[in-house]
Amino acid sequence: MAAVATAAPATPARGAGKTRSARTANIVLVLLAACFLLPLSWLLAASVNADATYELAVPTTLTLENFAAIMTAQQTFIPLLNSFILAVGSALVTVTAAVLAAYPLSRYQMRFKRPFMYTILFGTCLPITAIMVPVYSLFVQLNLLDSLAGTIFFMGATFLPIAIWMTKNFMDSVPVSLEEAAWIDGASSMKALFYVVLPLMRPGLAVVFIFVFLEAWGNFFVPFILLFSPDSQPAAVSIFRFFDEYGGVAYGELAAFSILYSLPVIVLYIVSRALGGSFALSGAMKG
Amino acid sequence: MRLRQTVRLLPLLPAVALLLVFLGGPILWAFYGSFTDAGLTGASARNPEWIGLDNYATLLTDPQFPHSLWLTFLFVLGSAVIGQNCLGLALALVMQRANRVVAAIVGTCVVAAWVLPEIVAAFIAYAFFFRDGMLNQLTGLAGLPVVDWLYEYPMLALVFANIWRGTAFSMMNYQAALNDVPPEITESATIDGAGGIQRLRFITLPMIKSSIATNLMLITLLTLGTFTLIYVVTSGGPLNASTTLPIMAYEQAFQYGDIGYGTAIAVVMLLIGAVFSIAYIRMLRERKD
Repeated sequence: MAAVATAAPATPARGAGKTRSARTANIVLVLLAACFLLPLSWLLAASVNADATYELAVPTTLTLENFAAIMTAQQTFIPLLNSFILAVGSALVTVTAAVLAAYPLSRYQMRFKRPFMYTILFGTCLPITAIMVPVYSLFVQLNLLDSLAGTIFFMGATFLPIAIWMTKNFMDSVPVSLEEAAWIDGASSMKALFYVVLPLMRPGLAVVFIFVFLEAWGNFFVPFILLFSPDSQPAAVSIFRFFDEYGGVAYGELAAFSILYSLPVIVLYIVSRALGGSFALSGAMKG
Repeated sequence: MRLRQTVRLLPLLPAVALLLVFLGGPILWAFYGSFTDAGLTGASARNPEWIGLDNYATLLTDPQFPHSLWLTFLFVLGSAVIGQNCLGLALALVMQRANRVVAAIVGTCVVAAWVLPEIVAAFIAYAFFFRDGMLNQLTGLAGLPVVDWLYEYPMLALVFANIWRGTAFSMMNYQAALNDVPPEITESATIDGAGGIQRLRFITLPMIKSSIATNLMLITLLTLGTFTLIYVVTSGGPLNASTTLPIMAYEQAFQYGDIGYGTAIAVVMLLIGAVFSIAYIRMLRERKD
């Protein structure tokens, strides 16, 4: 009884302190969020302003002119198609190689497994920016410059280490006992992989695929170095066509194009969150 | 028996081949190429000659090299270690106390800058810091004089741009780490009379110590290689005032056409990256064991 008596007055006081600290927290957060959103507002405002500049201005009349102006094959559709080919190609290369590699790593005991996994993790960490000069030299030797296919295989390889880690983790959570039935029925390990394991880890595969797609779609430096003809450049590089050689910039069109180019990223990011993909590691590949 | 084991390893082949050709190859090539006079065009492009340590000797006497090293250090320290790391941790901590809906909306705003393609984020940052851009409009409202940020304070602008762009990564790391701290422990500390600062210092921070360490390693590696943001916002200028190592390697290799020299700079970056990668992997291992 005594304990209740002493505890009782403490409760409302603590509750009041809690709401006060929650209110402070809310205010601090809203201010910070405003700081993060402010720079973005320029993009949205400029895209619907016919006289856009680098200033943030409320457009006097909302217009879709900028969007209409960029609806050409050369300006928008070919670059976006190239981005799509690069992103899907890299994702297919990476996911295929990662699934195949993850299977023995997940299912068999091997002496070199741990050193192998740590070696590829080491590869994940190295800044890709640092190897772009030697990659250029390598591509000269292999005659792969300005080749979408070459760029796809290189990009696929750069995402492979982290994809193998992610895929192996997803595969580890599929119980081996399910394959044993297939083995008893005489299926080979590859058949078991395709008909038993992969269907069970579909959301995980989607997460890896989307992850590589997003990274390849957004990458600027790799295609900037390896692809130079206008027909093979993706949107990340072709965006410089909004700057003319006299220092002029079509600001409104640049903003409109940026929005179109960013849309798939936003949609896929939301999809991957819904699939439960942890993107905490995804930045590890950037650079 | 041995045959069966070899057959089992076959699926590893495509991955190993890709990694050897496109990652292992360029890394080895970097070490080899840095000892040659390989050029972008002309005879030295087709038949580079072995010149030994000449590129490294040039690098050591090039006044731009220590300057770029210093700028890279400033950029990593300011934008990643201090900026993204501390702001990300602060955001994650404050979000725990805030209203759930507010926290979710704010999280989305922070993530938005991070999800955008890097080139788009870089143009937005350029527009923000540009002389006639939003930052000067805002400070103008407060009656402050116009400052040409990109010309007078290029590194400061880049540091803030990268904090804006990259904080989401640290924030998400710390949100996950804080979720793993059992609430009972902080609650019992509260009952024992520990204040907010004391709880943070003696309970929360020690419990997420390993997350802090791995986050620091990862964002250091990410920031070390930052090219696009710097290339778009300042292109390393004015007068090399923001030429970090990646920009220097790019300029030497592709603008001045000296692939061999650019490769030597790339090797230095690889070695710095390797030190942090090894530290990071050691930490992950300790955490697991």
